[in-house]
Amino acid sequence: MYRYDPYDQKIVDERVAQFRDQTRRYLAGELTDDEFRPLRLQNGLYVQRHAPMLRVAVPYGLLSSTQVRKLAHIARTYDKGYAHITTRQNVQFNWPELKIVPEILAELAGVEMHAIQTSGACIRNITSDPFAGVAGDEYLDPRPWCEVLRQWSTFHPEFAFLPRKFKIAVNGAHQDRAVIQCHDIGLELKRDAAGEIGFRVLVGGGMGRTPIIGEEINAFVPWQHIITYNEAILRVYNRHGRRDNLYKARIKILVKALGVAEFKRQVEEEWAFGKDGANTLTEAEVARVAAHFTTPAYETLPGEDAGYASQRAANTAFAAWARRNVLAHKVPGYAIVVLSLKNPATAPGDITAEQLDLVAEWADIYSFGEVRATHEQNLVLADVKQADLFALWEKARAAGLATPTFGLLTDIICCPGGDFCALANAKSIPIANAIQARFDDLDYLYDIGDLELNISGCMNSCGHHHVGHIGILGVDKNGEEWYQVSLGGAQGNHTSIGKVIGRSFAAAEMPDVISKIIDVYRAQRLDGERFIDTVRRTGLDPFKLGVYGEAAIIERKQHA
Amino acid sequence: MPKLIKNGRVIDDAAQFLALDEGQGPEALSLPDGPLFVPLAVWQAHRGALSGRAGLGVWLDSNENVDELEGDLDSIGAIALNFPKFTDGRAYSAAALLRSRYGFKGEIRAIGDVLRDQFFFMQRCGFDAIQPKAGKYSDAQLEEALASLKDFSTPYQAAIDQPEPLFRRAQRAA
Ligand code: HEM
Ligand code: SF4
Repeated sequence: MYRYDPYDQKIVDERVAQFRDQTRRYLAGELTDDEFRPLRLQNGLYVQRHAPMLRVAVPYGLLSSTQVRKLAHIARTYDKGYAHITTRQNVQFNWPELKIVPEILAELAGVEMHAIQTSGACIRNITSDPFAGVAGDEYLDPRPWCEVLRQWSTFHPEFAFLPRKFKIAVNGAHQDRAVIQCHDIGLELKRDAAGEIGFRVLVGGGMGRTPIIGEEINAFVPWQHIITYNEAILRVYNRHGRRDNLYKARIKILVKALGVAEFKRQVEEEWAFGKDGANTLTEAEVARVAAHFTTPAYETLPGEDAGYASQRAANTAFAAWARRNVLAHKVPGYAIVVLSLKNPATAPGDITAEQLDLVAEWADIYSFGEVRATHEQNLVLADVKQADLFALWEKARAAGLATPTFGLLTDIICCPGGDFCALANAKSIPIANAIQARFDDLDYLYDIGDLELNISGCMNSCGHHHVGHIGILGVDKNGEEWYQVSLGGAQGNHTSIGKVIGRSFAAAEMPDVISKIIDVYRAQRLDGERFIDTVRRTGLDPFKLGVYGEAAIIERKQHA
Repeated sequence: MPKLIKNGRVIDDAAQFLALDEGQGPEALSLPDGPLFVPLAVWQAHRGALSGRAGLGVWLDSNENVDELEGDLDSIGAIALNFPKFTDGRAYSAAALLRSRYGFKGEIRAIGDVLRDQFFFMQRCGFDAIQPKAGKYSDAQLEEALASLKDFSTPYQAAIDQPEPLFRRAQRAA
């Protein structure tokens, strides 16, 4: 993975010094709340229900075991002993005290980490495929490009005060695993027909209260120009994006207002000036960065480890975990392991300091010392030998990190919601836990098969509910917490925005509602048909019928 | 006298800023003596009379377009760009455009809600004059604030103050 050189280190160290001084001035009354807010936000520091919340950047989800140990140390020393993996591959601490945040940043800088631009109206942490470099369907490794873009966007002087936050995601494989269609800029790394490397550029996607799927504005930007092209997009947005209404300030609104053709025209007019300028990437720079992402020292192994096969045959619990949480690796004899953070007893995405230390230890023993965070709020050990899987599983199981439900109904994406977030309409974690408790029978879950259920506590959609096969959204009705259900959303190559099925429900009703939806699916599905495909084929009506009963359907028809 | 940060030092500055009242058109023209910034609309209405007046600058609000000055830049000594709120970042692009695309060599001054924690970004985008609101900082605080111009010693990306990105400036070891 990328290691800092003295330039990178200096920038992060100078940031710590800068923020230390800003915090000092704030506490001394020299900076008002309004003046301090964007400064702390650009350091990932929100003030929430209980305390400030600190969001630490994990560039494109990649962590070294040393960094994971540091996160454990921070959780133990400055927080309440746990951390939270976010839907943008970052790590969040929920309880740090404002005045010690500079201390935490200094600790992070010691392991080449920071909280720069993890919040605020600037270019945020760049996200990517958690299986980069190891997936069989990869065209090109996105990580060097993410790093190049990270450096370019860090303290970009022109784009520190955009109309609104700006999120870039990069994917380089056949399957989109980075939700590139729901980002302000989505980049698909690929080769063109002539074999040249470049990017398909999508723009104007996003969730929030106006979910929009990004549109292509350029089918292929050659790699040399990816920085100048991004700068052109950002300059058009910085100059012309709306600033009068927070809810209409994202780039997606500008793209919709202008139309993608006109937006593209403006971008390319702007690009004509920057193209071939100093920000044009050089082969030397790309090679320098790419050299950090070398192939680890894989052993030459048989494609199927004999021991692994017999361990699965002998142990059904291990076989279940292997079936769901172990994924194919491009190198024979190796596997990708998802360490689940969806233990029904804890909030989705939460991990304790002790667990972090263990994950670091396993990374060192089994996976070349690296860990990845996923936007689905799990952790990944990307390079495990098949022969080591059983030993790893036993340890992970003992530590509560082997819930064998990756990609299933209970592998829920869930925002912090009303328990932590000041913007929430409703709690989201207890809903996730109640659904996990209802669906605790593994055989039943496996029978239901691939299903993504996502929960957000309000329209801001931090929990990606718009793209959940089942989406749950917390809404406020006269000061009470209610939940709206949508179906048919999806991430990936066939991204779609879910549709609301009808009136919302009280918290206590939610497990029953999900049960009814699952019953309809099981009754309706064709042989081997996944939940999302059934919803797409049948439409919502059978599900509405199943959830609300005959009366609701008749009533709706009469009103129509 | 109002203070101004110019080329990294605090100096006294006598320039006045002409503002149009709500509903007031740019037609009437009674200009005080001395160094003066006029609104874009006044400049456009009186270009002929104002051209070449010593010490004359034009100021633009964040929703006004610097492209409109394209043909006039030779007759303007200074341009001030207003930050109505420090979170309104349009002037960063405006300054960068004036310097890069339009090759403007005169003074570009940041005015309005100008705070020390943004000095570094302003300087990188081509502002060579920075003027926090009168009373925002004491003289001592303003001297202290000069440190913010140097928050980061070696930025990554190309900008106006440093037209080459780090990867072209430095030999970085892999
Ligand atoms: C607790 C403090 C948080 C606050 C105040 C907050 C605030 C917001 C707001 C206001 C938006 C809507 C932005 C817009 O549409 O313009 C948003 C979107 C989002 N947030 Fe959060 N959030 C918080 C925590 C989180 C966490 C913990 C995660 C990850 C688990 C997260 C991930 C996201 C994502 C993925 C989006 C959707 C981005 C998009 O619209 O494209 N947020 N957040
Ligand atoms: S979706 Fe709403 S409730 Fe959930 S974290 Fe985001 S802002 Fe808070």
